[in-house]
Amino acid sequence: MNIIVLVKQVPDTAEVKINRETNTLIRDGVPSIINPFDMYAIEEALRLREKHGGKVTAVTMGPPQAAEALKEAVSLGVDEVVLLSDRAFAGADTWATSYVISQGIKKIAEYELIIAGKQAIDGDTAQVGPETADMLGIPFVAYIKKIEQIDGNKMLAERLMDEGYDVVETSLPALITVVKEINQPRVPSLKGKMKVKSLKVTSWNAKDIGADDSKCGLKGSPTKVVKIFPPAARGQREVLTGSMEDQITAVVSKLREQSFI
Amino acid sequence: MDYLLTEEQIMIRDLARQIAVEKIVPIRAELDEQNKFPTDIMQALAQADLFGIFIPEEYGGLGKQSLELCIAVEELSKACVGVSTSYAANALGTYPILLHGSDAQKKKYLPHIATGKKLVAFGLTEANAGSDASGVQTTAKLDGSEYVLNGTKQWITNGGEAELYTIIAITDKAKGPRGASAFIVEKGTPGFTFGKKENKMGIRASSTTELIFNNCRIPKENIIAKEGMGFIIAMKTLDSSRTGVGAQGVGVAQGAIDEAIRFARQRIQFGHPITSFQAIQHMLADMQTQTEAARALVYSVARFIDSGAKDVSRASAMAKLFATDVAMKVTTDAVQVMGGSGYMKEYPVEKMMRDAKILQIYEGTNQIQRNVVALDMIKDASRAK
Amino acid sequence: MSVRVVSDKCTSCESCVTACPFGAIEMRDGKAFITEACTMCGACVEVCEFKAIEKIDESTAAAADLSAYKGVWVFAEQHKGGIASVVLELLGEGRKLADKKRTKLSAVFIGHSIKDKAQDLIAHGADIVYVADDPALKDFNDDSYAAILTTLARQHKPEVILAGATAIGRSFFPKVASSLYTGLTADCTALDIEAENGHLHQTRPAFGGNIMATIVTPNHRPQMATVRHKVMKPAPRDDSRTGDVIDVRYTQSGNPRTKVIKTVEEIGETVNICEADIIVAGGRGLGSAKNFALIAELAKVLGGAVAATRGAVDEGWVPYPHQVGQTGKTVCPKLYIACGISGAIQHVAGMQSSEVIVAINKDPDAPIFNVATYGIVGDVHEVVPIMIKKIKEMRG
Repeated sequence: MNIIVLVKQVPDTAEVKINRETNTLIRDGVPSIINPFDMYAIEEALRLREKHGGKVTAVTMGPPQAAEALKEAVSLGVDEVVLLSDRAFAGADTWATSYVISQGIKKIAEYELIIAGKQAIDGDTAQVGPETADMLGIPFVAYIKKIEQIDGNKMLAERLMDEGYDVVETSLPALITVVKEINQPRVPSLKGKMKVKSLKVTSWNAKDIGADDSKCGLKGSPTKVVKIFPPAARGQREVLTGSMEDQITAVVSKLREQSFI
Repeated sequence: MDYLLTEEQIMIRDLARQIAVEKIVPIRAELDEQNKFPTDIMQALAQADLFGIFIPEEYGGLGKQSLELCIAVEELSKACVGVSTSYAANALGTYPILLHGSDAQKKKYLPHIATGKKLVAFGLTEANAGSDASGVQTTAKLDGSEYVLNGTKQWITNGGEAELYTIIAITDKAKGPRGASAFIVEKGTPGFTFGKKENKMGIRASSTTELIFNNCRIPKENIIAKEGMGFIIAMKTLDSSRTGVGAQGVGVAQGAIDEAIRFARQRIQFGHPITSFQAIQHMLADMQTQTEAARALVYSVARFIDSGAKDVSRASAMAKLFATDVAMKVTTDAVQVMGGSGYMKEYPVEKMMRDAKILQIYEGTNQIQRNVVALDMIKDASRAK
Repeated sequence: MSVRVVSDKCTSCESCVTACPFGAIEMRDGKAFITEACTMCGACVEVCEFKAIEKIDESTAAAADLSAYKGVWVFAEQHKGGIASVVLELLGEGRKLADKKRTKLSAVFIGHSIKDKAQDLIAHGADIVYVADDPALKDFNDDSYAAILTTLARQHKPEVILAGATAIGRSFFPKVASSLYTGLTADCTALDIEAENGHLHQTRPAFGGNIMATIVTPNHRPQMATVRHKVMKPAPRDDSRTGDVIDVRYTQSGNPRTKVIKTVEEIGETVNICEADIIVAGGRGLGSAKNFALIAELAKVLGGAVAATRGAVDEGWVPYPHQVGQTGKTVCPKLYIACGISGAIQHVAGMQSSEVIVAINKDPDAPIFNVATYGIVGDVHEVVPIMIKKIKEMRG
């Protein structure tokens, strides 16, 4: 099976802090990591390769430093990696990102399954998966928590819904996004890490993938960010005084006043 | 302190550390309480290629040596000595094949060991043969194209979990120390069963059982080297693995220090964190200094062994006895630093103290190690006229 | 559009360097320099006291005539014929937007045997309901639902389409946006019409909730957005309202590429926490599964649901469906009591829009106190039992 995994390098938002005085993000020393949900995608791809044989290729769109995320994917066992990088891609929203990624995938050409993580922890939109599937003209199923079987060109899988799950059958090739319940990602292997040392990451620019400049990056993005601001400080904050017993009494009274009790 | 590790040694260290933190720490208390073998962790170690560190590349390993193995063992021991024992005992069981096995045997077994597909155990100890290895009574009698094994091994690490067992048995009683031989026995061979799992003070994640041989027939090709080589193979095996035990000592000691200082920083008594009291500061300083000395000794001896030196017994004995004595003292002190909390199972140091004890006992008690060192010193002195 | 530094005005204060969420500004030769990592978000422009950074608008190609697009639409999600509660909130918000634009509010209703419920949508504010009622549409299917909505949108050219950020919404809505080559903003917490140019301003959290971003789709239509449940106010019901119900014929083209073989409902013994008005949540600070029972008790006494941080779920004290936070659920209850929770940003991102937040933590510097309405500094093991006692006393 030829499997493509979509990967994104993101700042570790768990480490991002707000400077309370200026209300701006403190990015110093915030490490860049593989989007946590993508780790589950990579793991599932590797397991499918172990079961069905074949090849796993990781693809990412990003600036040159995104190659680090691809190297980490190789240390986990991914066979090949492709970096889609070009100044023209910068500032892309989900539509323009999906466009570039689908162009890159069209160049890779051979695949039965594309796996992506549920969402990226910086953008949180969960849109690139479905939009890319649409641009490739392949079926899309979201929130897969278990792949039951793959038979020829059909896949049977469990899709997480709000109050349970569906068992869905889809034709292949298809694009799926996966949730954490699907597996436990592995740690890198020494052989994988050693492979990274001599690895040259394949990088394709707009011309290589036949991308129309007007559809890439900021230019190609239907949405634009017009403003960034800190979240509103939560209103009424009460500092309670007195012994712990007094404080608890005060809180309980307030909850009573507000009809919670 | 920087030990000037190579890029690859750092890679091994960081990967072992990642597994320790992500996979071992969260479940170590449970493994300890339930006497449970860490199957999932063994799988993670296998998949990370850590079982192949010291196996030559031609057999699917990474072709590294003692120092690399020590680095991995140290990191795993910081998290749990029960797990690192299961991992290190694998090396112990492999050395007979690695150091003395035929090409055919290496080709047959080493690749599976490198991938972690088959775990290994080393079977020397018996009820009457602990420090006195010559007391081995398990016999191996040649009968046509097979050897027949009879006897019982005691307290064997990875017993029941390993697929491969390297066993020392007597082939010719009359020849005394030259009458023992080493064999490879596979799990499932008829006549080879396991006794119950021991209920231990510490390293409870590690599986310790009896190995029972009752007219167990193995192909005669399963003898390692030739008849009479048994004790030499055993001694060389133990020489090679002593630094690993030393590394376990260094690891558990460091793990205990890290826990103790973390606790002490936030424990407030008399209006101050207890780290502000000299008594605690001095204890911590001594703990770290001793551990650092142990680490420096273990690494130096590992490098010495890896350089191909012939006569490594004294050095490896020193590394083992020093680092493990340090580990016992440091883990005990860690409990003391943490006071009542250190005594509670809620915190990991009481387990570390229980785990550390075995390091002074197995793979040659520290008393035997002292014998080795002294005898070697005396031999040297008698030569130097 | 580009962002550039006016060097003479730059005083090297480096405020922009720290303000940039993408790390795209560095100091070169003592002046701020914007690298190619810039996404033109404008955060630096806002923060520069010396007006040394400016945004230059090089207009992009204008899309087709935008004035042809009129109307606010809402995707009326249904489960087994019942209208999803988020739809009422969408109608409430949609009504406000439609009124500002002096245009109609429509609902797109897809399913089987749902026609009689169209009236409910009208009662909650819809002027028009497009109903696609067909046996083949009984179960949610990405392809067919997206095809219907896309076709309708192409036909009737709405200006805005809203959908709930539910499993279904997040699954097929992006496909529609992609087919229509238009912008989609997910998980909006606020929607508004900009007075000057009539654009829909879509505000949403980013970077795990560390910052808010306002996004527009200036040159493409329709402007699409998803909204999470319990973020907006539901529309009131007015049975006197009238509206048009328009039948939409659905013809299945070819075999569906995906189909639902079966649906398994997992009815836990607890309420779906996203629906709860009161939530009591526990974190690692509780120390053990046994102590976590305190959370369940307090929740029971208040008639609320139990939730947990990722830390508590990872420890195995409570199952994953109860996890609140970036990689769990986002909740917006009226009351959220955070017990033994430090307030790491990934957790806060999932609960910060709760109306009233009570925090209990023994560390006075815990970040949770920055979002709490009422904070009690104390050991959760002592505070919670006392709180339970006092609540019971108060009830008498």
